[in-house]
Amino acid sequence: MNESDVHRSLDGIWRIESAKIIACLTRIVRDVGLAEDLAQEAFIAALERWPDTGIPDKPGAWLTTTAKRRALDYLRRNKLQDRKYEELGRELTRQQEPDWDEAIDDSVGDDMLRLIFTTCHPVLSTEARVALTLRLLGGLTTGEIASAFLVPEPTIAQRIVRAKRTLAAARIPFELPSKSELEGRLSSVLEVIYLMFNEGYAASSGASWIRPMLCQEALRLGRILAEIAPGEPEVYGLVALMEIQSSRFKARVSKSGEPLLLMDQNRALWDHLLIRRGLAAIERAERLGKAFGPYLIQASIAACHGLAHTATETDWVRISALYDALSQIAPSPVVELNRAVALSMAFGPEVALEVLQPLLLEPTLKNYHLLPSVRGDFLMKLGRKEEACEEFKRAAALAGNEKERELLLKRAADCAAD
Amino acid sequence: MRFMMIVKATTDSEAGTMPNPELFEAMARYNEELARAGVLVAAEGLHPSSSSIRISYPEPGGKPKVIDGPFTEAKELIAGFTLIEVKSREEAVQWAMRMPDPHGFGEGEIELRQVFEAPELTEDAEERTKLEEMREQVTRKPRS
Repeated sequence: MNESDVHRSLDGIWRIESAKIIACLTRIVRDVGLAEDLAQEAFIAALERWPDTGIPDKPGAWLTTTAKRRALDYLRRNKLQDRKYEELGRELTRQQEPDWDEAIDDSVGDDMLRLIFTTCHPVLSTEARVALTLRLLGGLTTGEIASAFLVPEPTIAQRIVRAKRTLAAARIPFELPSKSELEGRLSSVLEVIYLMFNEGYAASSGASWIRPMLCQEALRLGRILAEIAPGEPEVYGLVALMEIQSSRFKARVSKSGEPLLLMDQNRALWDHLLIRRGLAAIERAERLGKAFGPYLIQASIAACHGLAHTATETDWVRISALYDALSQIAPSPVVELNRAVALSMAFGPEVALEVLQPLLLEPTLKNYHLLPSVRGDFLMKLGRKEEACEEFKRAAALAGNEKERELLLKRAADCAAD
Repeated sequence: MRFMMIVKATTDSEAGTMPNPELFEAMARYNEELARAGVLVAAEGLHPSSSSIRISYPEPGGKPKVIDGPFTEAKELIAGFTLIEVKSREEAVQWAMRMPDPHGFGEGEIELRQVFEAPELTEDAEERTKLEEMREQVTRKPRS
């Protein structure tokens, strides 16, 4: 087997194994940065050795063992300087050695879960959480993350280095959160995943409408989480939400590259396999018999759309009710805005326009293009075309995405033309 | 990107013989591993070709011909498929290599095929242009 074959295979193997290896090593050395370095050393060792020996039957086990041996060497080297390492080294020899050559066992899931909770720790800024999670759990390179966020590579590299330092300095234990902490910590994890997804789904800047890699990474992380953290309805809720939103990728953009609103999309282009997966995740959540959280409600709303064969068949009354529920448990101006849209579809633009009224004074929505865009839509339906035209122009000036801006200017022009 | 791992039919799968318990368990474990890695999209097993129906068009523009199974050329038949969502071709190959030998006795065969994607979902610029051209052709084709 030549070197380039090994290199190619290792690319695939890194993607499959790196997070598991890093998670397992972090448990031993208690430092994600060091764990990542050790995992990379193991891969370099493979790159040197495998061209001669061939790829082992269980490449994951080989890499884990190699990385663990290096971790032990590291701990031994440091034991003269630090008694704590000495104890840890002894403990490691006693407890870990017999398991070394065994295949990945069930504790892997727990280690992965600990790693997700660590990279999404609230001690880190949201940006840092996202970058570190993509790096350590997605196995992405700094370059890949930088291009997904359209920022220079050194920025991401810096962000990741600082995040690792912050975690080390704060002495964040590599543990699952206690029962009392769990809700807050889990919502931090879900927030990171959904942020990643949204950044990809409605690219907030730049010419491209969807940045697929971020969506796919977020969905993959969500699916992993649903397997290793069962029994959490919000995890299933988030997965369902992302599955159903992903089902519309092919239908979201017209042939000429313009974004298409949900109601104008060709539903035959929706990925019905993903819709079905989303519905199944909602069912899993419902079977738990716990109260609906914000993600599960949003997923249920997405499911209403996914289940409607045509736009006119959409159950807007149910969607309005779900938004009512959402605004009770997770009130926000954006939810209110969406509730207004649902109300306009279920009961007409007049009622909905009233719901928008208090939002016009809301400081957080001052620069949010969707507010004038939605208001313009209601006004147009009520035949108040001049006002509608002004709103669409205002929305266009606020939109960060070029394609979205074009769409809004077109709507403004349509109002003026009629 | 999505790949389909196609498990080819064998004498046993065509005869409707269920896999032995060890293989059954190995497959279940493998599917669980795929799910826990977040890459599993769908996995299905198919009935033998004895209950299958083939629709062919021997004459260009002519009527379809319907033929009932079974069909004999096992290697050209499929027994099941697993759809995975991965980041690269290399990752797909690594997953396919980990699938248990679907039959043993030297008959097991898995074929890995990439699924066409929407141009919006492709990061590769060249691939995107190709897909966009293809979609253009398909949408332009007049309906007969």
